[in-house]
Amino acid sequence: MGTMAEAAPQTPARPRRSYGSLTGLLVVPASLWYLVLLVVPLLIVVVMSFGEKSRLGGYQPAFTLDNYIDALDPQRVSPFITSLAMAVSGTILCLLAALPIAYFIATRGGRRKSLLILLLIVPFWTSFLIRTYAWLTILGPDGLGGFIGTLIGDSSFRILGTPFAVLLGIVYAYLPLMVFPIYVTMERMDRTLIEASKDLGASRWGTFRQVTLPITATGLITGSILVFIPLMGEYVVPAILGYGRVFLIGNQLVLQFLESRNWPEGSARAVVLIAIMLVTVIFYVWFVNRGRRTREVSVL
Amino acid sequence: MTAPATPVSRSDVLPNVDVAPGRAKRRGRTRDRLVEGWLRGHTLLIYLFLYFPIAVVVVFSFNATNRRVTQWEGFSLKWYESVLNDTVIQAALANSFRVAITTAILATLFGTMAALGLQRTPRWFRTIFEALTFVSIIVPEIVIALSTLVFYSTSFDAVHELFGVRWRLGFETIIAAHALFNISLVMLLVRARLSGMDRTHVEASFDLYGTPWRTFWQITFPQLLPAIVAGFLLSFTFSFDDYVITYFVSGAGTTTLPLYVFSTIRKGVTPATNAVAAVMLLITLTVLVVGQFLVWRNARRTGQRGAQASVAGMITEQSG
Repeated sequence: MGTMAEAAPQTPARPRRSYGSLTGLLVVPASLWYLVLLVVPLLIVVVMSFGEKSRLGGYQPAFTLDNYIDALDPQRVSPFITSLAMAVSGTILCLLAALPIAYFIATRGGRRKSLLILLLIVPFWTSFLIRTYAWLTILGPDGLGGFIGTLIGDSSFRILGTPFAVLLGIVYAYLPLMVFPIYVTMERMDRTLIEASKDLGASRWGTFRQVTLPITATGLITGSILVFIPLMGEYVVPAILGYGRVFLIGNQLVLQFLESRNWPEGSARAVVLIAIMLVTVIFYVWFVNRGRRTREVSVL
Repeated sequence: MTAPATPVSRSDVLPNVDVAPGRAKRRGRTRDRLVEGWLRGHTLLIYLFLYFPIAVVVVFSFNATNRRVTQWEGFSLKWYESVLNDTVIQAALANSFRVAITTAILATLFGTMAALGLQRTPRWFRTIFEALTFVSIIVPEIVIALSTLVFYSTSFDAVHELFGVRWRLGFETIIAAHALFNISLVMLLVRARLSGMDRTHVEASFDLYGTPWRTFWQITFPQLLPAIVAGFLLSFTFSFDDYVITYFVSGAGTTTLPLYVFSTIRKGVTPATNAVAAVMLLITLTVLVVGQFLVWRNARRTGQRGAQASVAGMITEQSG
């Protein structure tokens, strides 16, 4: 009896339920990274966008809106317009190309589903630069460009250096990013809804339009955002396939930061670019939440 | 779809039931076959579209020609020989490995730590942290690149004025910049795994008086391993292939392979560039295959199935 009374206090009254609160300290390195290499640099760019270019290039403190006025000057705004046009058409083309393939893999993939997805991952995994470079041979004077040139009898015909080449390059580069989210939402979709729709007499197209498409809307929008955002800031594709003749905002930023070294002017353009991104993303968040609310309402 | 108010006699309905649906069905079947055919054809075309350019690069890297790249003059490995003996390319390759391996280690370590730590931080902190993760992923790469350059330049000037030390752009600046995006990436992958994890094992371990340290290494870590491996490989690949950020924040003597390739592209397409490109493809694909093998073996041992059993599955899950 006595031994038991002695032994009892030695065992802990209650075992731990979870990891200790010091675990929270594990976020310190990542937080430092965010602070030093994300927050501070972006703040510096914002501050700099109100400054002036010093005589040697670089930055001189000031408070002026000239850089913004210049960035949005109707005569100098064309890189933004070109980028926007490229990004919108590129996103739409990716969407059109991705939708059937995502649908095919999700509904007809069967046992080959993983293989088909892996085959999409491989191009996505290979170097962006190399995949863009590959089109130089295909579209060049020894490839399709020269072929069409001889076909129509115009030796000056070129594909490289045209907006078409750039558009092809960006669709090629970003297509997998569009397929993944669409595929995931289609895959997660409740199949019984399709059965139900068919049982209620809807045609295949009707089922696709009224059931599959609304449910996968989130995937479509996510994919569009994933593609649209990098497209807006694209630099590599226009630099390689556009020969610098297709001048996007990314090319202008490189020019202003690395060549003419007009940092305040470049910063203002970068801030405008971030603003466009923010508007897009806010729209995205709004759209996704809107979908949720309607679903809740429909359940009620 | 309102029900008819008056009952209809059987003879009125019968012809409709017998004939019309039959014809519609036949027409529907032809259309079904067309749709199926179109879906298959479209999918096949997209796969061809995705692989054709890569195949062109690889095929022409074996071309023996000394003149035009596309003029096939027989199979030869001579471009690989010349590329692999080129000291400039060797240096670029070594630089790329150095940057990518260090970045992947840092990103995997800090990203995993952050994912674990976030479970034990106050809600306000988590909100800010998640917002910053979001920002680091949605801000276009070029903006990250230029703001990082401006930051380095400004802070290095400040350090120079205060301490008289001149810091320069180099490996450290490239790695630090690459790590930012990849930390976010690893953190997202590991967090997704954590949220899908079965808590009962952790609780059982604590009930059995397992220390937090042992619980972590014996219970949590093995379950997180696939996500950690996938994160490491993705970070390595993104860092190895990165051009834009590296271009902005690299200094003298830190030319990586993508920078080298970009500079040679400006001079035109050559079989030698094709060979370098093929080497780059080989390296990143090897990484993918090795990673897939590790994840697959782990999945077999622990009996996981589905998305967590492949790198590809995890990437696609993440994008959804």
